[in-house]
Amino acid sequence: MTWSLFWSNLANAVSLGSLYSLVAIGYTMVYGILRLVNFAHADLLMVAAYAAFYGVLVFRLPFAISVLLAIVLTAGVGVLIERRAYRPLRDSPRITAMISAIGVSFLLENLGLVLFTGRPKSFPVPGFLGASTDIAGIRVTNITFVIVFVTAILLLLLLYVIHKTKTGIAMRALARDFDTARLMGVDVDSVISLTFAIGSALAAVGGIMWALKFPQINPLMGMMPGLKCFIAAVFGGIGNVVGAVIGGFLLGVAEIMLVAFLPSVSGYRDAFAFIILIATLLFRPTGLLGEKIGEKV
Amino acid sequence: MLKRTFGFGIAVLLVLAMLSGCGQKEAKEIRIGVFEPMTGSSAAGGQMTWEGIQLANELYPEVLGKKVVLYLEDNKTDKNEAANAVTRLIEQKKVVAIIGSYGSGLSMAAGPIVMKNKIPTVGCSPTNPLVTVDNPYYFRVCFIDPFQGKVMAKYAYNDLNARTAVIIRDVQDPYAVGLAQYFKEAFIALTGKTDSILAELEYNTGDQDFTAQLNTAAGKKPDVIFAPGAYGDAAIMIRQARQMKINCPFLGGDTWEAPEFIQIGGEAVEGAALSTHYSAQAPGTEAAKTFVEAYRKKYNKEPNAFAALGFDAYCLILDAINRAGKAEPQAIRDAIAATKNFKGVTGTITLDENGDANKSAVILQVKDGKFVYLTTVEPD
Amino acid sequence: MSTRGDKGIIRIIVVAVVLALLLAWAEGDLAFIGIGPWDAYFVRILNLAAINAVLALSLNLVNGFTGQFSLGHAGFMAVGAYTTSLLVMTPQMKKTVFFMEPMFEPLDRICIPFLPALLIGGAVSCVFGVLVGIPALRLKGDYLAIATLGFAEIIRLVLQNVRRLTNGALGLKGIPHVVNLWWTFGVGIAVFLFFRGFVRSSFGRALIAIRENETAAELMGIDIFRHKLLAFAISSFVTGVGGGLMASLLTTIDPVMFKLPTTFQILLTVVLGGMGSLSGSVIAAFIVTFMTEFLRVVEEPIHLGVWSIQGIPGLRMVIFSALLVIVVVFYPRGLLGNKELTWENLSSPVSRLFRRRVAS
Repeated sequence: MTWSLFWSNLANAVSLGSLYSLVAIGYTMVYGILRLVNFAHADLLMVAAYAAFYGVLVFRLPFAISVLLAIVLTAGVGVLIERRAYRPLRDSPRITAMISAIGVSFLLENLGLVLFTGRPKSFPVPGFLGASTDIAGIRVTNITFVIVFVTAILLLLLLYVIHKTKTGIAMRALARDFDTARLMGVDVDSVISLTFAIGSALAAVGGIMWALKFPQINPLMGMMPGLKCFIAAVFGGIGNVVGAVIGGFLLGVAEIMLVAFLPSVSGYRDAFAFIILIATLLFRPTGLLGEKIGEKV
Repeated sequence: MLKRTFGFGIAVLLVLAMLSGCGQKEAKEIRIGVFEPMTGSSAAGGQMTWEGIQLANELYPEVLGKKVVLYLEDNKTDKNEAANAVTRLIEQKKVVAIIGSYGSGLSMAAGPIVMKNKIPTVGCSPTNPLVTVDNPYYFRVCFIDPFQGKVMAKYAYNDLNARTAVIIRDVQDPYAVGLAQYFKEAFIALTGKTDSILAELEYNTGDQDFTAQLNTAAGKKPDVIFAPGAYGDAAIMIRQARQMKINCPFLGGDTWEAPEFIQIGGEAVEGAALSTHYSAQAPGTEAAKTFVEAYRKKYNKEPNAFAALGFDAYCLILDAINRAGKAEPQAIRDAIAATKNFKGVTGTITLDENGDANKSAVILQVKDGKFVYLTTVEPD
Repeated sequence: MSTRGDKGIIRIIVVAVVLALLLAWAEGDLAFIGIGPWDAYFVRILNLAAINAVLALSLNLVNGFTGQFSLGHAGFMAVGAYTTSLLVMTPQMKKTVFFMEPMFEPLDRICIPFLPALLIGGAVSCVFGVLVGIPALRLKGDYLAIATLGFAEIIRLVLQNVRRLTNGALGLKGIPHVVNLWWTFGVGIAVFLFFRGFVRSSFGRALIAIRENETAAELMGIDIFRHKLLAFAISSFVTGVGGGLMASLLTTIDPVMFKLPTTFQILLTVVLGGMGSLSGSVIAAFIVTFMTEFLRVVEEPIHLGVWSIQGIPGLRMVIFSALLVIVVVFYPRGLLGNKELTWENLSSPVSRLFRRRVAS
């Protein structure tokens, strides 16, 4: 492999990885606080992409406004899902909430298939985002810069919220010890609602970025990215926001390099991601950056 | 409260179910069943086909002076559901013929059931050769993969002067895997060199990043890249290729033929060529013109190959019923099997001894944001 | 005591005879005395329901009784289905199906009867279960769930890529249709009875102890890992058999059949019936299978006298998934929780219902 090919692959890997990172943050936030594998998170990507699609093409809104509305709407859907499907189960075993998440994911997908039809639609991409730029002879699409930039901004913002605001402290308290936090006067319900709102808004941004980078949307578009980004979150250390970003980048790089160096096994690319997942769970369940979570007896 | 609402909902459903059961007993109608994936991962294909079938039913609602009634069953892109749907159509709806299904696997699940019950079934777009093998009751209005693969290989070799090619396919999609294999065989036969296929690269349904495959492909410097697969994936792949300044021509199959292919791909798909079933611009297809006009009027969008094939499957069955003179499954089967030079939207259809359509393919190319007719390729 | 035991035996015999007569009637085995077979559509759903019951039972053994949450079911089903199919398909059919790349020697010439093939399918699936279980069962809770999910996907991806063994994405066709109600109900009842005995044995009680409190179970001297692994192995065996039955019922399989949603559907069936209730799983499997079929009416055009409502394709699955969410959220214990349906409690809700009527 020539160096220029390698750099080109690396640029694409960073581009894909940053997208994984963006979505993985949302997973990790919900998991960190509720210890819930939110399968429905993946489908929120789809909800956001369709909301933006209809905003632009049906309601003829400017792109920026429909994106904003889509984010708000998705955050609302996320909060609603938490309130209706997860909150009643908060005192049940954790697995029950996960089953509910699987059910909600099923419901969103089937609803999407009826409302939007299964036919993939073309997502409107503003002209300048579709173009690409030359950097030292390597072509990088403009959307890559946007994704990296957005991921960085959101990461900083999130770190600020988690570490410097009162709500953030409450979130971390909940993540560490649910019952004690409750006893200390943390308003559990509103903190969790806020977590879901933020997590779902992140999913919305992720979904719209996904649709901008890969401009075909369909009701099942969230499934694969959902699994991949979840793997990225586990790899980075689930519950850890910085870990999710690093995990996303590394997964993106690993996937692209696997195909680049071993093209004959390209059919096993997804299996490779799952092998990373299993290896992480077995040998370093806390992931790259995760803290050790004591098993409560 | 919620429990009560829930219970009430179920009661309403039950009542509706009973009422709907009563409404169906109408004499003097000919029942045709349709099983297509309306939900699940292949929902897109099933929904497109169903649009075409409905349109055909609206244009030609009667045969032998009787009303033709369609019964649609969703097969959920699931083999079990496909088998259930077909059994239900046969046992409960008493259909005399069946149309379906998008997805060769789903059609194969229905195969033994229609054969056992001796109900003629016409597939719209299952292109896998196995669908009709050893099954005298299964037919199809599309050509099969071996022919389509050959068509594109010839086009690449003769018209594009290609001597080397790279294949990128969806390893999960039987259509893509099959078609790629036939393209490979035909292309190797034409060039006479086994190494004329420089690489066979794969991805999985749902993958959207093809940059690594494209970089590898570009590194081999092929004359063409053959990438059969879903139109959305292919359009995104070509987009990524053009963004990476890979200017190699892309070739594909009939799944590409949807307006969204051009919408998603934009300028990137300019010049991409594909083989498909029909073109409104091709000479001498009156049926195609009727179809395209009616489709635009009813759905307010451009038609695609699957709708056209659905339309043809319906018309073919109607034609067979007409020729048989009665709406009995066995008579319809024999009439379908004897189909010769049926003028459909997607071309002139003659069914061979396997029940496969022996018909021409057309090659289209994207030019100025439109599919432009290049040439018609006749079967051998 | 002895009279109770006699009653039990008589009950079982009566139930067995009635069931056998019903099955014989359904299959058309009574045609010689003028009683015809049932509607083939209904029989097909019954077959499917029985297979789903087998699959739900085997998932319940691990998820419900042992409390180890596995999401790898589809993978083991795939192993069982492919093994069974490849063993029972005729060499002729294999040649037809493997038209892209020839099959591995000497598997292309092997053709054995269905029963041994089904058992070998279960055994191979069991081996895979042990191979997956040894590393995965060291994990707990949602980590175990995700790891098994990953293993199942890896199994499917391998099946998809090893074309000379599985024919890849094109799948298999022409698998002999051996399965009928005798097979599906026979296997279903055998599995049910075996599981019932198993969970009542000291081994089964140990599994329940692990579910209730792993640390306490360990302190009592139960070899946790060995018990979990055995439960996992038995479950994989039965899942493989279920997959084999499914393959024969359908006569065609491909890797896409065994994706994640298949596992989810079985999981939701188990949850609906009650994690830790065998009879619950069986009842739920029948309810779910019949309901998905019954709900088809909502997708058909409805004629209410003068009105006509166009059917909405796909609505069925929306209703179905909405019902599932409602059940999980409002009745997380499912139909039966961890209780079993017995003669005694079968009659009590009925009488309770009447009593309540009187009281109100």
